[in-house]
Amino acid sequence: MPVPALSEADLDRRKNVGINLETVTHVQSTDFPGHYPGEDHSWSLEKFRNNLRVEFHHNDQYDASFSLIGVDAAIANAFRRILISEVPSLAIEYVFIHNNTSIIQDEVLAHRLGLVPLTGDKAGLNWLKWFKKPTEEDPEGSEPSDYNTVVMKLQVACSRNPAAARGETDPTKLFHNAHVYAHQLTFHPAGRQRDYFSSPEGAIRSFHPNILLAKLRPGQEIDLEMHCIKGIGADHAKFSPVATASYRLFPDIKIMRPILGDDAVKFQTCFPKGVIALEDVTEEEASRVGSGYEGHVGEKKAVVVNPYKDTVSRECLRHDEFKDKVKLGRVRDHFIFHVESTGQYDSDELFIESVKVLKVKCQRMKRSLASMMR
Amino acid sequence: MPSGSNTAEDQHMADAAMEHPPAPEPYIDLADQRIRVLPGSTETAASFEFEGEDHTLGNALRYIIMKNPDVEFCGYSIPHPSEAKMNIRIQTYENTTAFDALEKGLDDLMDLCDVVVDKFAAAKSAIKPPH
Repeated sequence: MPVPALSEADLDRRKNVGINLETVTHVQSTDFPGHYPGEDHSWSLEKFRNNLRVEFHHNDQYDASFSLIGVDAAIANAFRRILISEVPSLAIEYVFIHNNTSIIQDEVLAHRLGLVPLTGDKAGLNWLKWFKKPTEEDPEGSEPSDYNTVVMKLQVACSRNPAAARGETDPTKLFHNAHVYAHQLTFHPAGRQRDYFSSPEGAIRSFHPNILLAKLRPGQEIDLEMHCIKGIGADHAKFSPVATASYRLFPDIKIMRPILGDDAVKFQTCFPKGVIALEDVTEEEASRVGSGYEGHVGEKKAVVVNPYKDTVSRECLRHDEFKDKVKLGRVRDHFIFHVESTGQYDSDELFIESVKVLKVKCQRMKRSLASMMR
Repeated sequence: MPSGSNTAEDQHMADAAMEHPPAPEPYIDLADQRIRVLPGSTETAASFEFEGEDHTLGNALRYIIMKNPDVEFCGYSIPHPSEAKMNIRIQTYENTTAFDALEKGLDDLMDLCDVVVDKFAAAKSAIKPPH
């Protein structure tokens, strides 16, 4: 069936989510079969492949930003949710306290330790298997072993510093080990862990060396052993491999009628720096009848140069002089992702991992479906 | 883990070489059978109950099943927030079944994942040389 030609307004409605002063419009996706008579919106891998685009904005090791263009919110959101709660990472789970005479209570200290972001050799981390916790059905759980448990220890005692100057009031100079930091966690490899985590860069350690864990005074000490296991963010936030994983839709600013002179300057200040630029009205524009530029040669006009930087604050909609001159929106299928890793994996690896997790979920459900049909 | 046995310096640990490490598996110990057909279902109109799934798979699957032209209706819900269950309702036209539509949905979603990985890897290697 021939696809009827779409008007610009129709196309805009499909492509963009409208943003008004107090309301939003055209929020729902409509690209489903049967929604528009005579149009084919059925799933086509070929079409999807041709439409999908990935553009990196920056890709630092632990902080990546990229655009995923041509996917539905349902899919983009699945990736985001998986990044936060289903991509596994290593964290301290069991703390065996042999001695703790510091003022920080055992359970509070154990909780603090759990939140310490760990890092280490990536091949080794991938080699690690799940440690199954004992449950009601399976009271045994799994045996701690080199392939599912990483052992770390923290042994610090505070003592007076005889070399401290008289009248010194700074506890860190007055005492040894007055502050306990995350770099004092020691890693104790077992079995095959030595093959992976032996190098100084490969050792399991805190990603940030200077996380303050506890404070001590002379005579106090902390002696404990920690077991780190692989887990997922759905179980506890400490297992989440990302500090933030979020997306926003690409902003769309349309200037419907010319904004000129002082208004243009005011319009520019309604947006973050770099979104709106001021340009001179050209002779050619002024000579076009009905363009709104007639007789304004050489005046400044507002033009959109970089909508990426916009925050869609809707400030411009609050002023009467821009009424009906500007239309704000967001591109429905353009997701600007921002993935910040906690240090165990690279940000870009994490995204790929999240896509793989979604695939594995499907595989498992397919297997389950097949066995149900039998 | 019994706390009394942790006073010794070393923990007893089984050797990896002796005991074969288990294959990758889901984090939560899930039953093998995680899909159930809810009562009152027919060939072309069925509700499936997914155990241990949430909006992540629910909405993605709903989207991809709705993209199937043989599907009349597809929707999902999480009936109760404290139960880790997700229900998905599929109604199809006469030429297929709800089961086939669900299976096709899972297949399409897996294909989609492959394309996303490919494109992402290509974009990544375009901005920085591969390690």
